[in-house]
Amino acid sequence: MYFAKARFAASSTVEEIKIGTSHIKWNGGKYAEESFSWLSPVTGEVYGTVFNFKEQVEEWKGKFYNAPYNEPPKRPVLYIKPRNTINAHLKQIPVPEEIDEVEINGTLGIVIGEMASNVNEKDAFDYVEGYTIVNDVTIPHTSVHRPAIKNKARDGFCPIGPWVVKKEEIPDPGQFMIWTFKNDELVQVQQMSDLVKPIPKLLAEVTEFMTLSKGDVLLVGLPHNPPLATAGDKVRIEIDYLGSLENKIVDEKAYLPGGTLG
Amino acid sequence: MRKARVAYQGNVFCAEECLEGLKLQDGRIISVDDVVWLPPVEVGTIFALGLNYADHASEISFKAPEEPLVFLKGKNALIGHNGQSRRPKDVELMHYECELAVIIGKKARNVTRMHANDYIAGYTVVNDYAIRDYLENYYRPNLPVKNRDGLTPIGPWFVNRDSINNPMNLTMRTYVNGEIKQEGNTKDMVFDIPYLIEYLSSFMTLNKNDVILTGTPKGTVNVVEGDEVVTEIEEVGSLKNTIVGDDVFSR
Repeated sequence: MYFAKARFAASSTVEEIKIGTSHIKWNGGKYAEESFSWLSPVTGEVYGTVFNFKEQVEEWKGKFYNAPYNEPPKRPVLYIKPRNTINAHLKQIPVPEEIDEVEINGTLGIVIGEMASNVNEKDAFDYVEGYTIVNDVTIPHTSVHRPAIKNKARDGFCPIGPWVVKKEEIPDPGQFMIWTFKNDELVQVQQMSDLVKPIPKLLAEVTEFMTLSKGDVLLVGLPHNPPLATAGDKVRIEIDYLGSLENKIVDEKAYLPGGTLG
Repeated sequence: MRKARVAYQGNVFCAEECLEGLKLQDGRIISVDDVVWLPPVEVGTIFALGLNYADHASEISFKAPEEPLVFLKGKNALIGHNGQSRRPKDVELMHYECELAVIIGKKARNVTRMHANDYIAGYTVVNDYAIRDYLENYYRPNLPVKNRDGLTPIGPWFVNRDSINNPMNLTMRTYVNGEIKQEGNTKDMVFDIPYLIEYLSSFMTLNKNDVILTGTPKGTVNVVEGDEVVTEIEEVGSLKNTIVGDDVFSR
C-alpha cells in the first residue's frame, strides 16, 4: 500500500488516498476505483516533450536533415496541452466526427512540487512531487514543423491520473514500464530506460529557459508508433507503481462532459 | 473604463483608472508610480499568432500563411507593466513585437465570425518578445523562442470591449528609448479578430480569460541590455519594459 493524492468531483480539496492492490482506502473506508468520480489530480500547465524515446529518435534520424527541419533539434522540443484538453480517469474522450482515428500516447507525467527555475541536474528531483499517468491523445500528423494545435489541443484530449504518487513512495521511475491496452489487449510497451534525456536532464534543460511551477506537469516523451483508437474503444495505460488510467473514446456527438465509460 | 491588477502595500487589488491615477477596490486613490503592475487579468490559455501581418511576414522572409499559424504559451512567460525582461548574453537577435491582445469573456465553441464580438471581454497590449537565435524548425516557433520566463509583458490596462470604437483600426507603435521603431495598424491583420475566434472555437473550447495575441506588424528590430521598450496601441494603452542582462538574474 502506498500514499497518493487525488481530486474528486464535488470536493474542492486534494484528497489523500492509499492505493492497495484491489482497492482504494480513503477516510478509513475501502472502495473500488469506480466508486469515485475522478478529476485530473493536477491543476497546473501541462507541457509535453517530443523526441525523447530512443526508438522515435532513431526513426526520425534520417528526416532531421531534410527540409523543413534541416538539422536535428538542439533543445527540448516541447508543446502545451491547454486547459480545455484536461480529462480524467474513467471519463470519455470525445473525438470529432470527421476524425477516423486518434493516437494513444501513453506517457509518464512528472508533477512539479515546487517552483523550478534553472535547476541543476543533480538537484532536479528536489523539485518533483511525484508522478502520474498521462494519455496525450493526438490526431495523427506527419509534420512537426508547425505547432500541432489542431491535432493536440482538442477538448478532452489529455486524460491525467488517476492520482499522483509521491516520489518517496516508489522506486526511481527510470526503470518503469508503460503498457498500453486497447479493449484489454496489450498493444504497446515502452520502457522508461529508453529515455534519451532522463528526468533530471530533461528538467534541467527545460527550466533553463522556462520556470515550472508547483502543480505543473512535464511529460517525459511520446512513445514510438503509438497505437490508434477509434470511437467505441476502451484504452488503458498502465505504469509500474502508478496504477492505470482508463478511458473510452466516443463520438463527439455522443459525448457528455464527465460522462463515464458506460 | 480602463482597469488594472496591481500589488500595493502587501496585497493584490483590482483598480480603475482615475484622474489622480488609480482607484483601488478598497477606495484608496493612489499614484500609478506606487504600484507593482500585474498582468491585467488572471490569464487562462494563451494563444499567439505568427505571421499575422503580411508586412511582418515578408520582413522575416515568409509568405503570409493560408491558415492561422497559432502557438501556445505558458503563464511563466507573462509579466506586468514596468517589468524587466532578460536578454541572455551571446544572443544576436532579440526583438519586441507589439500586439493587440484579445481577452475572451465567456465560453466559446463553434462561434461564427458574425457573433464573435459577443465572446470578447476586452483588450490589452502585449509585447511578445522573440529571441531568434533559438529558432528551430520543430513546432516552430518553438518554446525556447516564445515561452521564455518574463518575455511576454502584458498590460497595463484591461480595456472593456465596448470602450474600443473599432479594434480592427488601431494604430500600434513601439518606441525604444523614446525613439519610434515600429508602426502599424490592426487593420492590416491577415486573419482578423472575428475570424480567429471562429477558427479556434471551431475545433476547441475557448474559456473566460483565455487570451489571443493577434500578431505584430513590420518594424521588429534588435534590442539590447538597458533598452527601454514601450509598446503602445491607440485607445488601449502603453506598456513599458526594460531589457536587463544575465547578471540581474545571477546567471
